[in-house]
Amino acid sequence: MSKIGVFVCHCGENIASIVDCEKVAMRASKLSGVVFSVDYKYMCSDPGQNKIKEAVKKHGLTGVVIAACSPRMHEYTFRKVCAEIGLNPYLCEIANVREHCSWVHEKVEFATQKAFNLVRARIEKVKNNLPLYPYKVPINKIAIVIGGGIAGIQSSIDIANGGYKVILIEREPSIGGRMAQLSETFPTLDCSQCILTPRMVEVAQHPNIMLYTYSEIESVDGFIGNFSVQVRKKAKSIDEKKCTTCGLCYTKCPMKKNLSEFNQGLSYRPAIYVPFPQAIPNNPVIDRNNCIFFQKGKCKICQKFCPTGAIDFEQIDEIIEIKAGAIILSTGFDIKNVDFFPEYGYGKCKDIITGMQFERLASASGPTIGEIRRPSDCKVPKKVVFISCAGSRDCAKGISYCSKICCMYTVKHAMLYKNKVPEGISYIFYMDIRAAGKNYEEFTRRAVEEYGIKYVRGRVSNILLKNEKLIVRGVDTLLNGKPIEILADLVVLATAAVSCKYSEILAQKLHIPYDIYGFFTEAHPKLKPVETNTAGIFLAGSCQFPKDIPESVVSASGAAAKVLCLFSSDELVREPIVAKINKMPPPLFSTCMGCELCIGICPYKAISKEEIKDDNGYVIKSIAHINSTLCQGCGTCVAFCKSKSIDLEGYSNKQIYEEVIALLN
Amino acid sequence: MTQIGFFPGCSLKGTSSEYAQSIFTLSKMVGINLVEIEDWNCCGASTVHNINNKLSVTLPARILTLAKQQKLTEIVAPCAACYNRLCIAQHQLKINKFLRNQLFETFQICIDNNISILNIIQYIEKYIFEKIKEKIIYFFKYPVVCYYGCLLVRPHKILNFDRLEDPQSMDNLMKKIGALPIDWAYKTECCGGGFSVSRTDIVVKLCGEIIKDAINKGAEAIIVACPMCQSNLDTRRSCINNYLHKKTNIPVIYITQAIGLAIGIKKKDLGFKKLFVKPTFI
Repeated sequence: MSKIGVFVCHCGENIASIVDCEKVAMRASKLSGVVFSVDYKYMCSDPGQNKIKEAVKKHGLTGVVIAACSPRMHEYTFRKVCAEIGLNPYLCEIANVREHCSWVHEKVEFATQKAFNLVRARIEKVKNNLPLYPYKVPINKIAIVIGGGIAGIQSSIDIANGGYKVILIEREPSIGGRMAQLSETFPTLDCSQCILTPRMVEVAQHPNIMLYTYSEIESVDGFIGNFSVQVRKKAKSIDEKKCTTCGLCYTKCPMKKNLSEFNQGLSYRPAIYVPFPQAIPNNPVIDRNNCIFFQKGKCKICQKFCPTGAIDFEQIDEIIEIKAGAIILSTGFDIKNVDFFPEYGYGKCKDIITGMQFERLASASGPTIGEIRRPSDCKVPKKVVFISCAGSRDCAKGISYCSKICCMYTVKHAMLYKNKVPEGISYIFYMDIRAAGKNYEEFTRRAVEEYGIKYVRGRVSNILLKNEKLIVRGVDTLLNGKPIEILADLVVLATAAVSCKYSEILAQKLHIPYDIYGFFTEAHPKLKPVETNTAGIFLAGSCQFPKDIPESVVSASGAAAKVLCLFSSDELVREPIVAKINKMPPPLFSTCMGCELCIGICPYKAISKEEIKDDNGYVIKSIAHINSTLCQGCGTCVAFCKSKSIDLEGYSNKQIYEEVIALLN
Repeated sequence: MTQIGFFPGCSLKGTSSEYAQSIFTLSKMVGINLVEIEDWNCCGASTVHNINNKLSVTLPARILTLAKQQKLTEIVAPCAACYNRLCIAQHQLKINKFLRNQLFETFQICIDNNISILNIIQYIEKYIFEKIKEKIIYFFKYPVVCYYGCLLVRPHKILNFDRLEDPQSMDNLMKKIGALPIDWAYKTECCGGGFSVSRTDIVVKLCGEIIKDAINKGAEAIIVACPMCQSNLDTRRSCINNYLHKKTNIPVIYITQAIGLAIGIKKKDLGFKKLFVKPTFI
């Protein structure tokens, strides 16, 4: 005979202002099987928790129903209270009378009735609850970091320094990401590569870090602590063991006219190439789409010149499987190209460039060796116009969010230009200057006061090309909306930062949510900023939203801390909510007929065939077997089973039926 | 003989009768009978929509209603302003049920949204060009700039014609008749439109910049598809010359005139006589 205790929480005024809690408790006490019923102002408080403990002890309760807020909020709290007093925590159920009742209804009699119905349903369920015990699964203490920009590098180093193995996967031939392309960084104007490359070297040399460059994720299976990731190692056409990185191959390659991705299309690279001199690893790769041999079947000049015979045209893509316990995503962001903007000429004019291209022009390792020169005729521009919010904060034509990093890097660009071309004049068209950050505001003030950079508050309507000059037509909203025209030599657009091209496909492979812009979604915008909704997968850097370098590093270290926290224990406690095949005494063994329908539909590949043998080893019957460590408790097999032989523990068909019947009565 | 509705608007009956003449000549050559909408009225063009939104929809709506009553399913509006007003009225009545009911109750105007409205470029592309392709005998081998004006491509969301900035359709047609269209910056800049009479100084300044860039880019003719643009750039030339402090003689030719020349139609049948700035090079 069940002895159920009912505890109705007022949640201050949250529930009590709509629902008559006292009445609910009083009516519940009259239901069969209920031996104790009480209401209280704050059930989750210490005195409230003590009321539960006392009642369990005094009345020897076999089940507890708590009418309160959502189980997402306090189920754990109340189950812990039960466990402390010796009651199996899975004998405690929550009736959600706040989110499902008081918050969504007016103060009417029906609200109280509905709250009572919810309580009654839970009482009927808890009568059929059985004690359950959590499973323990081992954790595979290897982390996978996807994306080798500054965020990926930081996460990898942090985890590796914590003593665990890290596998860093990068799509491009070298790690370094966006930060490697930058010239100087704000607000200190220190060289980006100078601070990044030591970190890159550390990654390459760290005994705990394994680096897979030129590799992509094929598929991801498994769950927290036990992921299985298939990685495609694209053929580099180079034997890295033989290659001495002498560089003879790329100086001899005849196919030199390929736009350099690293230099943002401002220079050319050969078909066999190293993206930039400080690349890690420093071995070249062959870009097969542009290689004469791969396209026309003849050439192999690089092979002839290679002194160690490292060039291997026969190499094929290799798929490797990696087992890991946690995954960090740090795939970064992209920027909109100039051709996105009709009013700025659809990318027709070479002297209208993006901020990223300006970084390459200003970089000492860039196509102009750090001199600011126009892409069209290599002349030094005397007047440069910077346009911020190109595509950002533009619901009509671009994206509605603020790209966040542009205000600061545009100031930086104007300062770099002034440093390199002291007689040059620069204008910045802006909507607002968003300089929130340590020393950021001071940096922008310095640009205006010391560098004499002219800020114009207004938008640029279009840019006309006239006699090799650009007529920038805009409006100055601080001069009563007066139209202004500036005859410029170079225009730099701070184009919108957007998610990576393949971010949505990757999110689907990892089963994590992403927003309408293709950025990965965090589990909670404030309290779980580096976690995703899938346990064991974390976010670092600007794959979540545009971030500057300090912020990326912060989130990367945050994600690394989460992984280290996970790896600090040897086992993972898992909820015992798993599917079970019913077992019967011989000769039936189970009602399962062995149709194997469930094996095919299980999304987690947790079900297999089990053969029951007699003493002589003959197979008497074949039934399904569910691996509890793999089962995620989704219930798909329960719904599919023709003979109703599978039940979800804690949510058996009987429990659900009783609950539904109680609701309907 | 294919029959297509024709809405001349005020310009084609007056200042730009040469435009009308060249359109009719071309249409006749390919066997299209352009039927003028009977009892048509002013489309409202550059002024009414600034003063009275309801009237600015009512005027074109009446034109479209007449077209429907005269069993025309497709009409050509060669004037960019007329084309613009007709399309916008059609769009507004499509989305605004209240306005639609109001017009019906007051004027018994019931607009048929199925009438398709063509601008001159769409008309040439759809009906004329395929049939005259073989007839091109004198390639129009001149460096030209195509001037679209503001009304032909805007508002893009409603008209959905060509690219909003830097349109290409006229350039493509010009290439096909052998011309050398030059990429320039003033394709869709404002010519001053209806201010020609009231604020000639503004029109002269705006047109002056357009003509200056066309000449600087090495064009020998400006090709247009809007009577308003043509008249501003052509008839105001003496004032423009004063503004630019030099004598300019770049002619402003309608696209239909240029095509007509390429297929060997005589200049006098294309109304060249009426141009203020004579195309001496042809």
